[in-house]
Amino acid sequence: MNILNLVKIAYQALLRNTTRALLTMLGIIIGISSVIAMVNLGQSSQQSISDNISSMGTNLIMVMRARNVKGGGGVNTGASNVQSLTVDDVEAVRKYAKYVSAISPSVTASGQLVKGANNMPGTMQGGSPEFLEIKKYELESGVNFRDEDVRTYAKVCLIGQTVVSTLFPNEEPIGKEIRFGKIPLKVIGTLKSKGQDGRGQDQDDIVIAPYSTVQKRILAQNHLQMIYASASSEDVADLATQEIERIIRRQHGLSDDQSNDFDVRTQAEMLEMMSSVTETMTALLTATAIISLIVGGIGIMNIMYVTVTERIKEIGLRMAIGAKSRDVLWQFLIESAILSLVGGIIGIILGLVLSYFIAMFTNMPYVVSVGAVIASFVVSAFIGIFFGWLPARKAAKLDPITALRYE
Amino acid sequence: MADSIIQIRDLKRNFQVGSEVVRALRGVTFDIEKGQFVAIMGTSGSGKSTMLNILGCLDQPSNGEYLIDGISVSKLSKDELSEIRNKKIGFVFQSYNLLPRTTAVEQVELPLLYNSKIGAKERRERAEEALRMVGLESRMYHLPNQMSGGQQQRVAIARAIVNDPVIILADEATGNLDTRTSYEIMALFQKLNEAGKTIAFVTHEPDIACFTSRVVMLRDGHVTKDEMVETKSAQAALDALPASDDY
Repeated sequence: MNILNLVKIAYQALLRNTTRALLTMLGIIIGISSVIAMVNLGQSSQQSISDNISSMGTNLIMVMRARNVKGGGGVNTGASNVQSLTVDDVEAVRKYAKYVSAISPSVTASGQLVKGANNMPGTMQGGSPEFLEIKKYELESGVNFRDEDVRTYAKVCLIGQTVVSTLFPNEEPIGKEIRFGKIPLKVIGTLKSKGQDGRGQDQDDIVIAPYSTVQKRILAQNHLQMIYASASSEDVADLATQEIERIIRRQHGLSDDQSNDFDVRTQAEMLEMMSSVTETMTALLTATAIISLIVGGIGIMNIMYVTVTERIKEIGLRMAIGAKSRDVLWQFLIESAILSLVGGIIGIILGLVLSYFIAMFTNMPYVVSVGAVIASFVVSAFIGIFFGWLPARKAAKLDPITALRYE
Repeated sequence: MADSIIQIRDLKRNFQVGSEVVRALRGVTFDIEKGQFVAIMGTSGSGKSTMLNILGCLDQPSNGEYLIDGISVSKLSKDELSEIRNKKIGFVFQSYNLLPRTTAVEQVELPLLYNSKIGAKERRERAEEALRMVGLESRMYHLPNQMSGGQQQRVAIARAIVNDPVIILADEATGNLDTRTSYEIMALFQKLNEAGKTIAFVTHEPDIACFTSRVVMLRDGHVTKDEMVETKSAQAALDALPASDDY
């Protein structure tokens, strides 16, 4: 039996009931398109997270105050009450570390920014001159502050584009003064726009000043909230992390049995942490989509059973005029394979379009998972054959005499 | 006996129904020569349906010998029986058995689709030729629900002759038709017979059987009568009918 003839027979049989064929396909269409859309969206969000995080610098190392440090009386204290990090720690790392190329203390203060009639709530970020390099900020205009400014608690600052557009809608900000609370600061530079970070925070809504200025003039404190450092390359990020940990432990005089009173994190760890969230989400949604695919497959099986019962007389006739059992088997298998394959192809296209629009509306990069497309195609062919098998075998096993006389 | 299309020797067919054995055919012997138009008659329960199933290679005998075109079918596998049906037999059924929503020419092409040696072009040509032979050249692309019963049966006949079978088996082919249309169909069968087709026509109606040239009568699984009869012209019978707008 010529396979082409069988395809023609199956195709003609399907055309005789197009509405039913389309409805049967719908299950597969919905299943496949949601699988494709989910996998693509998962990859899109993955991509957008890793884009964002690497824009913050992949060899970034953060030293944070530890949470859950046992204070006096065994009470666990939150991170904000821990005052373990100091400028001395920074200087020690700067002095002894081999794999650290840049390091900056970090202190932040919140307050109202005022310039003439314009004002906005803002965050003052205190750092060393290396802060820009570590956090991948670039100057748009003006100059960075210097170590000299740090020593003298100079009242100077660099401002991001969001601040520029709010406080200086119509004028050049360089050389002008803004007030942070009661402290006047001279703008000596503006920063190039960086957009949002991985958590959706505006990285341009920032005022950077020497850390000493923020510490002494605004917060009146000696400790730091964080230390930012850059490993000299991405490859030595782990070594740099261990090194920093060792130096600060020594600096804090911790004995071997004492746990750290600080946390050292790398950007890679952050990336992993955030990816694992989206991975879990993607896996969950994909699992749901796969379930709908299976339901679609069962729909095909159901319809094929109905079709076989409905067409017993036709099957009898086909056998009488010379169709062999396997011809009938193949006809019904091909029918269900066509249903699920065509459904699969429509589903793939629909899924791609769907994820394109979702990516567009959520400002995520549009990523097409070629693997998912190929897998969907193979799976839909498999579904047709798998779920079509039992009905097709039922048809093939019919006795031509009884089938012909069936009413 | 070189021209015998069908040779049946002491054919028996038993069915096991529960603990009982039903002997539908109890030793039937006859031949059908090439070019004969045979009526196989019998009342209900006479074994004529069983006879037809075996003649049509849908069923195999329990005992005895059945040769079609010189091939013994008793030992053939199911697939080989399908081949025989596809190449050597043309079926015409009482209820036409046309596929729904399928054009006449596609219905007629159907047997050829199961023959991989025939290409698409030849298939279409032969189907059109068969439809011309049954007088439906103007109805090639009509669907079954757009045709009368007689026309549908003509499509079925075209489907039965398209594979150029050695024998056409008709099972009560006029059973669903009124008298006039029955005569028209019988006239068509006579025409095909004159053109050299061998036809076995199963019926229980004597006034249909009289259009054939030989009557084999079955009763309780035996042949009770097998004789050549004088063939009545179906066309003449048709002409003798009163005009159809009488009632």
